[in-house]
Amino acid sequence: MNRDLLGIRQLSQAQITDLLHRSDGYFRHLDSTEPFPDYRLLHGRTIANLFFENSTRTRTSFELAEKRLGATSISLSMQTSSLTKGESLIDTINVICAMKVDCIVVRHSSSGVPQLLRNNLPPHIRIINAGDGAHEHPTQALLDAATLLEQLGSLKGKRIFIVGDISHSRVARSNMLLLKMLGAEITLVGPETLLPKYVEEVFDVRVRTTIGDSLHKADAVIALRIQQERQSRSYFPNLSDFRLRYGLTPIQLSDTKAFILHPGPVNRSVELDDEVVDSEKSLILRQVRRGVAIRMAVLEWLFEV
Amino acid sequence: MDILLQNCRIIDPVTDRDEDGIDLEISNGIITAIGKKLKSKHTSKDLQGALVAPGFFDMHVHLREPGQEYKETIATGTNAAAHGGFTGLCCMPNTDPPISDPFVVSYIREKAKGNIVDVEICGTMTKGRKGDELAPMQALADAGVKMISDDGNAVANAEVMRRVFEYGKMFDFLCTEHCEEATMTKGTGMHEGKVSTKLGIPGYPSVAEDIVIARDLLIAEYVGDVRYHVAHLSTRNAVRLVREAKARGVKVSAEVTPHHFTLTDEAVERHQANAKMNPPLREQQDIEAIISGLQDGTIDCISTDHAPHADHEKNTDIMSAAYGIIGSETAIGLGLTYLVHSGKISLRTYVEVSSTNPRRLMKLLPIKIAVGEKANLTIIDLDTEWTFRSEDICSKSKNTPFISAKFKGRPIGIVNNGQFLWTRKD
Repeated sequence: MNRDLLGIRQLSQAQITDLLHRSDGYFRHLDSTEPFPDYRLLHGRTIANLFFENSTRTRTSFELAEKRLGATSISLSMQTSSLTKGESLIDTINVICAMKVDCIVVRHSSSGVPQLLRNNLPPHIRIINAGDGAHEHPTQALLDAATLLEQLGSLKGKRIFIVGDISHSRVARSNMLLLKMLGAEITLVGPETLLPKYVEEVFDVRVRTTIGDSLHKADAVIALRIQQERQSRSYFPNLSDFRLRYGLTPIQLSDTKAFILHPGPVNRSVELDDEVVDSEKSLILRQVRRGVAIRMAVLEWLFEV
Repeated sequence: MDILLQNCRIIDPVTDRDEDGIDLEISNGIITAIGKKLKSKHTSKDLQGALVAPGFFDMHVHLREPGQEYKETIATGTNAAAHGGFTGLCCMPNTDPPISDPFVVSYIREKAKGNIVDVEICGTMTKGRKGDELAPMQALADAGVKMISDDGNAVANAEVMRRVFEYGKMFDFLCTEHCEEATMTKGTGMHEGKVSTKLGIPGYPSVAEDIVIARDLLIAEYVGDVRYHVAHLSTRNAVRLVREAKARGVKVSAEVTPHHFTLTDEAVERHQANAKMNPPLREQQDIEAIISGLQDGTIDCISTDHAPHADHEKNTDIMSAAYGIIGSETAIGLGLTYLVHSGKISLRTYVEVSSTNPRRLMKLLPIKIAVGEKANLTIIDLDTEWTFRSEDICSKSKNTPFISAKFKGRPIGIVNNGQFLWTRKD
């Protein structure tokens, strides 16, 4: 049976360990100044990166992972594609696949699109979820876990805070699932307007509506990006008011051993102040580098069978 | 059309009859004899104890014509209703153009002429369903409209709602509201609850339905004597609000769809867009409240909200997918299986909520199963277990989460307008 990566929920503990282990090998080459080795693992394979929602970093990360494994890859920014000419989503995907594509990397604003493609495409076409709605972003969670493991050794009993807009975040959902599987304790921090209903029960996590002085207990903080257009729907008063309550400032950082992660792009002086982004505790650029390695590991795993 | 139906179980709430082993003679569409072991010159058909009930009426059907004939037509939609055991239906006005014009009413009436299924026509409350100006109510009433609704939308403006009630009551219209506070449901894809949190789909909160019902009940009570009808009610608080208003003497009625008493939001995970409807599938506690509402008469009738959509409108991402499922051909299977055989309501109550009550709300003549009366009958095999299959669907669209579902009890035929339709070969 062919493999897909639709979400963290589908992965077993063993598969997660396997993927993280595979990525370490690639990461060592990325973390070196030597030329990257000439892998030809995916030679002859064609991969289409279909981004129905804007992305620069995730798309670039996938493209580099694909090219470094020898695949032919194309990226399509679908907001400007035929969809706006009235073509249906499934028709658009079928057109792309008719050009002999072996793997689709898909990002879409609607939850469940990777599964929808799985239900509609022939089984030999592998599907990777690069973020669907507020549902899952499995490669982001894997790269976050890899980044944290590098610093913390193990996540057993480690306290990880996820701060900000939980409701609209696929990063939060995939991370809750994955980090808990690796033994971490998760605390969500955000206003009730940005916390999905029953999240404590559904994901078995703790919830706080204020950071207060709780950070000294944290081993790591994942700050989530605030989508600026959200304030128009009154989830919070304005960005500076949000920063006053949920932004990470140097004062809070001085009080904690916690590492700082952010899926990017950072709104400086909203989620994180400059001093926090640029501090030694910040793992933001390590995350980016880990991201390429994780995506290479995922591709290798998908095409192994 | 002459026939002798033998060995019927007759339930007729209007004449208060509930008897087994009865024969029914029908001559030229009129019931000419009822009794045990009747002798007749007509061809006979042994119903082996099947239920013969007054014809079922579905108050909430989207026939899609005019304007969206690729989804359904008056011909295919009434055929689906007939095969689902309905002898009458009311079609909703969110067509293109909408039914806010007597010419559209005549167009539909012309196309439905001679049909075994009676087609009643719901007009809009406001012009073009836009929610600001009143629809031409005198002209619609003159064209035979008995129900008005902006279904698909609630009337957002409270002042307009008040004027709809005040003007509409002069015609004794049934004022049917699709209860949705749109400011709270914009950009949502399913019920807000544990499943939406798990799936990351923006949630449509139950309170968005409840507050429109609460507002409308207060306006209706203030205006007085309005016949206010809650379409496809789906929440526990909606049941409570209607129950309390009925106790206060407000002229309110309510309907529920079969999917809202059988499925919860968990179905979205498995069926995706085929479990997307408006209002959305709710929670087990809501189902329990709805069943209690059917038991104590808070909810007057079962309507399907039959909402056909083409495959490309459903086989797409959940946010873009159209709302609604087809319902005509699964209604009786679901009702019997989940309400009657499960012991929640009696067969007689089931006949009342499927036939007597909707006909009363629509101001249609009551059907009597009695000698000299026109034969308008739904015939149901109560006990056969069957599987609903895609290839058997008569509707033009196949958007339903019930493909492969197993039911106990199914319609086997209808009689109406001097015609028979036997829907089962066996």
